[in-house]
Amino acid sequence: MAPRALYLCAMLHEGQYDLSTGAGLIACPRCDALHVEEELALGETARCVRCNTVLARPREGAFTQIVALSFTSVVLMVAAVFFPFLEISRMGIGNATSLFGVALAFSEGWLMPLTAAVFAFIVGLPVLRALLLIYTLLPMAAGRRPATHAGAAFRASELLRPWSMAEIFVIGTSVALVKVAGLATISIGPAFWAFCALILVGAASNVFTCSTTIWDALEDQGARTDGREVVPEAAFAQKGAEEIRG
Amino acid sequence: MLTAHRAGLIGCHACGRVWPQDETTCRRCGATLHPPDRRGLQAVWAWLAAGIVFYIPANLLPMLRTETFAGLQGSGEATIVGGVIELIRYGNWGVAAIVFAASVIVPLAKFLAISWLAVVAGRPATIEAAHTRLKVFEVVEFIGRWSMIDVFVVAILSALVQLGFVASIHPGPAAVSFALSVAFTMLSAQSFDPRLIWRGLPLRSRRDTTTG
Repeated sequence: MAPRALYLCAMLHEGQYDLSTGAGLIACPRCDALHVEEELALGETARCVRCNTVLARPREGAFTQIVALSFTSVVLMVAAVFFPFLEISRMGIGNATSLFGVALAFSEGWLMPLTAAVFAFIVGLPVLRALLLIYTLLPMAAGRRPATHAGAAFRASELLRPWSMAEIFVIGTSVALVKVAGLATISIGPAFWAFCALILVGAASNVFTCSTTIWDALEDQGARTDGREVVPEAAFAQKGAEEIRG
Repeated sequence: MLTAHRAGLIGCHACGRVWPQDETTCRRCGATLHPPDRRGLQAVWAWLAAGIVFYIPANLLPMLRTETFAGLQGSGEATIVGGVIELIRYGNWGVAAIVFAASVIVPLAKFLAISWLAVVAGRPATIEAAHTRLKVFEVVEFIGRWSMIDVFVVAILSALVQLGFVASIHPGPAAVSFALSVAFTMLSAQSFDPRLIWRGLPLRSRRDTTTG
């Protein structure tokens, strides 16, 4: 068991939850087991007592890191779109393609809709997700109130997660390169390397992303709140005492 | 074990917040709240059927159309399996294995795994069986998107290999049906509610609840 899980019903004495309204409780999204919500210290992991799914895993400076990594991925994506991607030559005839060219490969006849889908999978959705994460987290990383609709933006970003396929595209590129390697001479452009860097940035960003922590932060900082979130009382009491002293 | 459902509450599958059972939308994240019951399986079956239907033409129709020397040295149409066989003929066993796994084994295994999960959902299981089912679900959820590899390969090849009369590659109709099949299967896996895996656990676990 992970250190200090959100123990089911072990925190009864805190009296911070209400079984009739569900306030102060968390249900595991995978198995529905009820847990008492509790603020975790940075670096701690909360797992479901029944199915062991990670419920929360706050990391130090996560918001700043995610914002920085999202900016990085937008910059890399701009490079990936505008620099040459791959070049091929055989018997004096050459052809170069960019990412646009790859997406436009399906623009013959009724294959057309696939062009839009491919472009969305490899460029559109990764950029959109990065922008949504920046919109959600930048104000909070700077210690301000979240922007309006920050909750909706973060939810959209989570919904789009499986559909953003930049890393799959890179593996696809490698397979394609092996397929044409015997047929012609290939040179790899900077866009390919930008895409490889994008995978690393994306993986690093995923390590820092803990949706429970972000939802809690959005709630604690006043976005879409209904006044029933668990507030770390100790922190408030301490702050109050300091204000009195000062 | 006390679940939100047994406590007369409803848990949000997106953010974990718990609400009274008559709420329909999570007021924190805006997701629609579903009770964990078998009604949700209809969507799973519907998307899965669509995925299987589109997987058939994806294998029968050509994925790629290749022309070399304006057709003089042969022009051919390759299906998914045909492309794998060609890779093996050139000795690229590793890549052939990747393509074969991504476009044949993974989709078929996904169809079987999702059907199995949907059939046994809500049926009594031991704790170990439930853990196995959850593991299977997580693998299906993780691996589903990787089948798109073949669609991207077709896109890159057709964009790149445009060498006039020397060689040219064009996408075939199978690319569209394969992409649709992958997308529908992803939607099918996403509509499966993993909480159903745990609903069928034997009632003895009720003893350690605090209701009453």
